Amino acid sequence: MHPAPSVIVFTTLSGLGFGLLFWLGIDTSPATGLIAFVFFVIAFALAVGGLVASTFHLGHPERAMRALTQWRTSWLSREGVCAIAALVVMGLYAAALIFAGAHIALLGWLGALLCLATVFTTSMIYTQLATIPRWNTPLTPALFLALSLAGGALLSGRITMALGLLCLAGVIQLGWWIRGDTAFANSGTDLGTATGLGDRGEVRSMAHPHTSPNYLMREFVFVVGRKHALKLRVIALSLMIVLPVVLLLAPFHHVLAVIAVLSHLAGVAVSRWLFFAQAEHTVGLYYGMR
Amino acid sequence: MTFQQPKLDTSPPVSDEVRQTTCYMCACRCGINVHMKDGPDGKKQVAYIEGNRDHPVNKGVLCAKGSAGIMQVNAPSRLKKPLKRVGPRGSGEYEEISWEEALSTAVGWLTELHETAPHKLAFFTGRDQSQSFTSFWAQHFGTPNYAAHGGFCSVNMAAAGIYTMGGAFWEFGQPDWDHTKLFMIFGVAEDHDSNPIKMGLGKIKARGAKVIGVNPVRSGYNAIADEWVGITPGTDGLFILALVHELMKAGKIDLHYLAQYTNAAVLVDGDTGLLLRDDDGKQLVIDRTTGKPTPFDQKGVRPDLSGSYRHAGTTHRTVMALMAEKYLDPQYAPEAVAERCGIPADKIRKIAAELARVAFEEAFELDQEWTDFRGETHKTMTGRPVSFHAMRGISAHSNGFQTCRALHVLQILLGTVEVPGGFRFKPPYPKPVEAHPTPHGERHPGKALAGPHLGFPRGPEDLLLDDDGKAQRIDKAFTWENPMSVHGLMHMVISNAHAQDPYPIDTLFMYMANMSWNSSMNTSGVIKMLTDRNDDGGYRIPRIIYSDAYSSEMVAYADLILPDTTYLERHDCISLLDRPICEADAAADAIRWPVIEPDRDVRGFQSVLIELGARIGLKGFLNEDGTPKWKDYADYIVNHERRPGIGPLAGFRGQDGDQAGRGAVNPEQLDKYIENGGFFVEHIPAEAQYMKPWNAAYQDWAVGMGIYDAPQPYLFQLYVEPMRKFQRAAEGHGDRQPPDHLRDRLKHVMDPLPIWYEPLEDASVDASEFDVHALTQRPMAMYHSWGTQNAWLRQLHGENPLYLPTKLWKKHGFTEGDWARVTSVHGEITVPVAHQAALNDNTVWTWNAIGKRKGTWALSEDAPEANKGFLLNHLIHELLPPKGDGLRWANSDPITGQAAWFDLRVKLEKVAAPSEAQPVFAPITSPVKQGPDELKWKVGK
Amino acid sequence: MTDLPSQTTRKLGLVIDLDTCVGCHACVISCKGWNTENYGAPLSDQRPYGEEPMGTFLNRVHSYEVQPETGAAQTVHFPKSCLHCEKAPCVTVCPTGASYKRVEDGIVLVNEDSCIGCGLCAWACPYGAREMDQAEGVMKKCTLCVDRIYNENLPEVDRVPSCVRTCPAGARHFGDLGDPTSEVSQLVEKREGFDLMPELGTAPVNKYLPPRTKDSWDDQSLLAPLLEPVASEATGFLSWLDKTLDKLPGGTA
Ligand SMILES: Nc1nc2c(c(=O)[nH]1)N[C@H]1C(S)=C(S)[C@@H](COP(=O)(O)OP(=O)(O)OC[C@H]3O[C@@H](n4cnc5c(=O)[nH]c(N)nc54)[C@H](O)[C@@H]3O)O[C@H]1N2
Ligand SMILES: Nc1nc2c(c(=O)[nH]1)N[C@H]1C(S)=C(S)[C@@H](COP(=O)(O)OP(=O)(O)OC[C@H]3O[C@@H](n4cnc5c(=O)[nH]c(N)nc54)[C@H](O)[C@@H]3O)O[C@H]1N2
Ligand code: SF4
Ligand code: SF4
Ligand code: SF4
Ligand code: SF4
Ligand code: SF4
Ligand SMILES: [Mo]
Repeated sequence: MHPAPSVIVFTTLSGLGFGLLFWLGIDTSPATGLIAFVFFVIAFALAVGGLVASTFHLGHPERAMRALTQWRTSWLSREGVCAIAALVVMGLYAAALIFAGAHIALLGWLGALLCLATVFTTSMIYTQLATIPRWNTPLTPALFLALSLAGGALLSGRITMALGLLCLAGVIQLGWWIRGDTAFANSGTDLGTATGLGDRGEVRSMAHPHTSPNYLMREFVFVVGRKHALKLRVIALSLMIVLPVVLLLAPFHHVLAVIAVLSHLAGVAVSRWLFFAQAEHTVGLYYGMR
Repeated sequence: MTFQQPKLDTSPPVSDEVRQTTCYMCACRCGINVHMKDGPDGKKQVAYIEGNRDHPVNKGVLCAKGSAGIMQVNAPSRLKKPLKRVGPRGSGEYEEISWEEALSTAVGWLTELHETAPHKLAFFTGRDQSQSFTSFWAQHFGTPNYAAHGGFCSVNMAAAGIYTMGGAFWEFGQPDWDHTKLFMIFGVAEDHDSNPIKMGLGKIKARGAKVIGVNPVRSGYNAIADEWVGITPGTDGLFILALVHELMKAGKIDLHYLAQYTNAAVLVDGDTGLLLRDDDGKQLVIDRTTGKPTPFDQKGVRPDLSGSYRHAGTTHRTVMALMAEKYLDPQYAPEAVAERCGIPADKIRKIAAELARVAFEEAFELDQEWTDFRGETHKTMTGRPVSFHAMRGISAHSNGFQTCRALHVLQILLGTVEVPGGFRFKPPYPKPVEAHPTPHGERHPGKALAGPHLGFPRGPEDLLLDDDGKAQRIDKAFTWENPMSVHGLMHMVISNAHAQDPYPIDTLFMYMANMSWNSSMNTSGVIKMLTDRNDDGGYRIPRIIYSDAYSSEMVAYADLILPDTTYLERHDCISLLDRPICEADAAADAIRWPVIEPDRDVRGFQSVLIELGARIGLKGFLNEDGTPKWKDYADYIVNHERRPGIGPLAGFRGQDGDQAGRGAVNPEQLDKYIENGGFFVEHIPAEAQYMKPWNAAYQDWAVGMGIYDAPQPYLFQLYVEPMRKFQRAAEGHGDRQPPDHLRDRLKHVMDPLPIWYEPLEDASVDASEFDVHALTQRPMAMYHSWGTQNAWLRQLHGENPLYLPTKLWKKHGFTEGDWARVTSVHGEITVPVAHQAALNDNTVWTWNAIGKRKGTWALSEDAPEANKGFLLNHLIHELLPPKGDGLRWANSDPITGQAAWFDLRVKLEKVAAPSEAQPVFAPITSPVKQGPDELKWKVGK
Repeated sequence: MTDLPSQTTRKLGLVIDLDTCVGCHACVISCKGWNTENYGAPLSDQRPYGEEPMGTFLNRVHSYEVQPETGAAQTVHFPKSCLHCEKAPCVTVCPTGASYKRVEDGIVLVNEDSCIGCGLCAWACPYGAREMDQAEGVMKKCTLCVDRIYNENLPEVDRVPSCVRTCPAGARHFGDLGDPTSEVSQLVEKREGFDLMPELGTAPVNKYLPPRTKDSWDDQSLLAPLLEPVASEATGFLSWLDKTLDKLPGGTA
C-alpha cells in the first residue's frame, strides 16, 4: 500500500494521544491545575492533531461529518464516533480537574475506555480488510493498543508500566512482522484464484491494461526491497522499544525522558510507514505483483 | 430499521439529437450514431458516439477507436489554418497563411507542370478513402505518378487474390460466418474489417466452432484460437503447400468444383506453357463425354481433370496434371518442411486431416436452387464449412504474392470459395482480371492520361516502360523489377525522387500519409532525403505539398500545408467505385457529412482538390464554358457520373431516388443518405448469394447494379497465365525483354503455379548472425500514428515494449525493465523489452507506430511515446544490401513490389537502459499548442 | 445506509466470456465515453497529453499468460469491472453511506454527493474495481450503466450497458443472474462460469466463462484419422483421378 504521510501521522500521533488520555483518565490521584492543563494540552494536541491530519487525504474534507453516520457497519465511522465521544468526555473530565480541581473518577474511567475504543476502532479499519492479509489478524489491534498504551504510559511518566508495556508491544510487533511476511502466501489467494485460470497452469501478467499508470497501481502497488525493509524494522524496533527502555532503566533525568518519548514516537512512525508500505493488496496480483 | 437508498433518475435524457454518419477512426468504415448536446456556447457538440445498429458493417458495435472519436475531433493536435514553411524543412517553423494564398501558390506550381511536364508532379495518397476521386484528379492532371498506399500495405493480398480468383481477403470478401465450422486465420492482428472479423469470431465461438490461428504471436484473434500454429515468419507458403501435398495425395479435393469452376481441367500448351484456347480465345478443356477439346463454358461440358490432348507431336496436359507433378513431390511432404516452418510434421498432418474432414464429411446442402453460367440448374448449393482469412502476416513478405496464391489454391482445392460455409466475396467482387483495366502511364503535356494509372497487367506488353526500357513512373511500378505492382509503390517514391531515378520530379504532393515517420522504411534515411539539397542550395525534391488534419511528423517536411477537416466535419463518400463497405449478401455504400462545423480555418481535402483542378484548368473539372464543374466534393459526389447513370453513390438514384446502382443523378441524394442513416444497402437475391462467379442470377443482378456492364462468368485461375507470359519473356521469348540481371529471378518467381522461396532478406543477410525475426502488430485500439493524439487511446498504448519469447528472454538473461539493442543489417535501435511466452521461439515483435517524434501530435516532449516508444522502421531499408554485382534489389516482393516489412531479421543484446529509446531525433517546433493538463470532459450540464 | 440489503429482488450483472474476448478494449473506451458524459462527475484524465497520462476508467482489460504443464503457453485477455458482489465489502466499510447496494437489482453504486473520498471502499475491494477520480475527489466505479438499462429515452434494445452494446466479439453478456432461467444464468450453467477469488466470500454477481480447451491436437488424437494416400506420385494420382471421375455423378462407370 502507498504509505500516505497523512495516515502515518494520524495513526502515530492520535495513537499516542489517546494512550496518554487513557492513563490520565484512570489516574487515581490526578494532578490538577496547571500540571493537569499541560498534560491534557499535550494529549489533546496529539489526538486532535492526528485526527485533523487524517482528513488531509480526503477528497472532500468539508463533508467529513457525514463519516459519523454509518457506525452500524463501518469501522471508520465508529472510529469517528468514538474519537469524538472520547474527546468530549475527556474534555469535561479535564476541565473539571483543571478549573474546578474536581476529580470525577467515573467520567475519567468512561473517557479512558472510549480512548481505548478509539484506538481499537482505528486498528479495526485495517484489520477488517481481507484484501490485505498482512493486516487481517487480531494481532493488529493488539499491536495498536499495546503501542498506544505503552506510548501513553511513557509520556505520562509511568516508568514501570511503560517498561512492561514497551516490552509487550515489542514482542507483539515482532510476532506481527513474522506472521505478516507469510500472510499473503498463506491466504490462499493468488493470481490463479484472482483470474480463475489457476487450474490450467501457471498464470502471469503479460501486459497491464494500460501502459499508463492508474490510481490502483499508485494506491495498492508499492514495493519495498527486502533488505531495505529489514533495516527499517531494526531502526523502528530500536527507536520505538529498545532505546526508550534503555533510557528508562537509566537514572531518571528529564532530558532522557524527553529523548525516550521522541525516540518512541519516531520508532512508531517508522513502524507505521512499514505497516503500509509492506502491506500487499490483492489488487497487486492483477498487476503482476508476486 | 428499513433500508433506504438515494432516489436515482434512471431515465436521464441521453442527447438532444442523434446524427448518423460513418466512422473514420480507421478504414473499417462502421456506421455511428453521434449523440449531440448543446454545448456551453449554445452550439451543438458531440457528446457520445455509439455504433449504428442498422449499419451493414458493424451492426451497432463499435471498437475502442470509434468510441474515442470525441477525443479526436477535439484533439489539440488539429491543424488550424494553411501553413507556409518559413524555417528549413524539418524545423517545423511555419507561418499561417490564408486559403487564397495557399491555393494560388499551389495553382502557380501545378499549372506550369500540367502544361509542360505533368510527370514532374508525384501525387500519392495514403489512407485515402476517395481513391476513385483522387485518381480521377491525377488522371486529368496527366501525371503517371499517382497511387495510394496499397504498395506498402497489402498489395500481395489483393493482387494474388484477383489474379487467382477475382477477389481477395482484406476487405474484398469474408467467411460465411453463419455456416463455417472450421476457420483458419493466417497472419492477422486486426485487418481493415476490424469489427466484422470480431463479430464473426463471436458468432463462431457462440456455436463452439473451431478456430485455427497461424501466427508467430499468440495475441488478439490468435489468443482465442483453439489451435495455435506459432509458425516461423516467412514460411507460410511452405506450410500451405505441405497441406496441399497431403490433401492431393489423399485425394481429398473437390473434383466436381475443380472441374466445373476452375482452370484445373484447362489444357496447358506443352510447348509454350500458355493455356490452350479456341479461335475466340475461350480456354479449352477435354470433355469427358466426347473426349474432344471443348470451350470450358459449353452447356453440359464435363471437363476432364485427368485428360490430355496430343496434337502435332506435343502433348497438352491439364493444369491438374501439372499440379500433381509439382505438389506430390516429396519436397512438400510435412517432414520436409516441418523444421523450416517450426511446425511438427504430425501437426501439419492433423490439420490437413481436419480440413478434409470438415470440408467433406461435414458438407451440407443449402436448399437453394440456382443456375450456373453454362445454363445448368442445380437444386441445391453444396456447402463446405471450412473458411480461411489472411492478411499482412503472409502478404508483407517478399514471397507474399506466391504465399497468398498458395492459400487461395488450397481453399479452391477444398472447394470452399463462394460456397456456403466457405469464403464469400463482397460486391463489387468477384471481378476477374479481365474486368479490370490495364495500367496507363503515357504522358502528354496539358492532356489527361489515356486511362487509369493502376491496373492488372496481362503480360509484358502492359508494363509501363519507355521505348528505351526506362520506367514511366517515379515509383517504377509495372517494370521488370515488379511487373504486377498493381497498387504502385508509394514506399519508393521519396527515395526514387531523391535519386532522380528514373527522372527528377518537381513537386511531391501527398495526402494523409505520415511518410517521414511510421509509413516509411528507413525513416532516418527518408528524413535526410526530404531535407537534402542540391549544390545550388535548392532542395533535391524541390517542392512538397501535404494535406494532413493533425500535427503529424510529416507536416514538418512540407513547404505548403493544406489543413484538412476531421471526419465529422466533412463530406466523404465510401463508393462502390472504390473500396466499398459491402457485405457478402449485399451491396452497400455510405457517406460522411458535416455533423459538426469546423471551428478552425480548415477545408475538406477533396473540395480543395476540386478547386485546384478547376483553377489549374484540368478539362475534367471544367464545363464547356470554362466554369468549374463542381463547387465542392458534395457537389461532385451527387453530380459526377463515371459512366452514364453510374456515379460515386449507388443509392437513391433517379429523379425520385428509387433507383439502385444505375440511374439518373438525384439532387436530393445526400439528404436521402442522411435520412437513411448515412448509408445505402441493396440486398443480393437469395439465389444469387453464393457461387457468384458462375451464378447467372448474380451476374444479372451485378449488371443491373452497374457493377459489370455485361455478365462476367469466369474460371478460378489455379494456373495464372499472365505470370507464365512474364516467365517466358525471361526465357527470351517476345520482343519486350527484361534486363539480364533480372532474368533468373523472373524465371523463378513468376511460376504460374504457387511456389515458396526464401524471403529475400534471408537470402541476402547472414541468418546465423541475424538469427531473430522482428515483427510489428496493429494494436486493436490504435490507428497507426494518429491514435496517439487521442487522450483516451494513448493511455492504452503510450509505449511499446519489444516482446521476446521465453527462449531469448532466458538466453540473454533479461529481467523486467531491461533494455535491448536491436540490430539489423541496416541499423540499430535501443528499446525496452518485455517477456511473452506465447510467441515463436525466434521471433520478437512490438506494436506498430506507437513511437513518436518530440514536438508532434500536441504532446509534451516528455511524453512516453517520444521517450520509450519506438519504431521498428529504423531497422528496415527500402533496399536490400548490395549483392555481388553491386546492384541493390528493392526490399519488396519481386512480383508486386509489396514492401517486405516482415522479412526483417535482427540480432539482440542486453544493454544498460539509456535515458530514452534510441535513435533520438531533434524535437520539431509544433505548429499547434500543447494540450491541457487535465480533462474533465462533459458536454451536457 | 451501508448495511447490505438482506437480499435483492434481482441480481443484475455481467457474464464475460474469456473464450471469446480478443482484448480489443472497445468496452473500456465505450464505458469511458458513456460514463464521462453521464452518471455523476466526468471521468477525468490527468496529463492527457503529457508524461504518464492517468485517467479514471471503470473497466480495464488485462492480458495474462497461462503456461500449462505441457504444450504452448496461452494468452487470455481479461476485462475487469465491478462484479457487484452480493457481500460487497466496499459497501459496509463506507463511513458515509455514499457506497450502497440497490435492493431492486443489486447494483453497487456510489452516491457522489455524500462521498468524502476517503478511499476505504477501494481498499476493501479485492478486485480493483473502484478508482478515486483525481479531479473530483470522489470514488468512481462501474454503475452497470444504471442510467441506460432502465432509460426510457433509449430504445428498448439499447437498454443494456454501454460496454455490452459495443463489444464487437459479443464476449460480454448482461442479465439477471438471480433468475436461473435467464440467458446469462443458462450460459453460466452450460459453460461452467466461475467467480473471481471465491475464497474471499464476496459472492460476486458477475461471472466469467473459462477459455475452451486449447491446442488439443498437440496431444490428443483427432476426430478424423490421419489421411490415407491414394497415390504417392503424379501418374498414380492421375489414374486414381480418372477412376474417381468415372464414379462421379454423370461419370461413365
Ligand atoms: N486497430 C487498427 N486496425 C487497423 C490498422 C491499425 O493501425 N489499427 N491498420 C489498418 C491497415 S493499414 C492494415 S494494412 C491492416 C493490417 O491488418 P493486419 O494484417 O492484421 O496487419 P498487422 O497488424 O501488421 O498484422 C500482421 C500479423 O501477421 C503476423 N505475422 C507476421 N509475419 C507473419 C508470417 O510470416 N506468418 C504469419 N502467419 N503471420 C505473420 C503478425 O504477428 C501480426 O499478427 O489493418 C488495418 N486495421
Ligand atoms: N514497421 C512497420 N511499419 C509500417 C507497417 C507495419 O506493419 N510495420 N504498416 C504499413 C502499412 S500497411 C500502412 S497502411 C502504413 C500506414 O501509415 P500511414 O499511411 O502513414 O498512416 P498513418 O500513420 O495513419 O498516417 C496517416 C496520416 O494521415 C493523417 N490524417 C488522419 N486523419 C486525416 C484526415 O482526416 N485528413 C487528412 N488529410 N489527414 C489525416 C494523420 O495525421 C497521419 O499523419 O504504415 C506502414 N508502416
Ligand atoms: S473499426 Fe473502429 S475505428 Fe474503424 S471504423 Fe469501425 S469503429 Fe471506427
Ligand atoms: S470489447 Fe469485448 S472483446 Fe473487446 S476487450 Fe471488451 S470484452 Fe473483450
Ligand atoms: S467488485 Fe469491488 S467494488 Fe464491486 S461490489 Fe465487489 S467489492 Fe465492491
Ligand atoms: S470513498 Fe466515498 S464511497 Fe468510498 S468509502 Fe469513502 S466515502 Fe464511501
Ligand atoms: S456496465 Fe457500464 S459502467 Fe460498468 S463497465 Fe460496462 S459500461 Fe462501464
Ligand atoms: Mo495498410
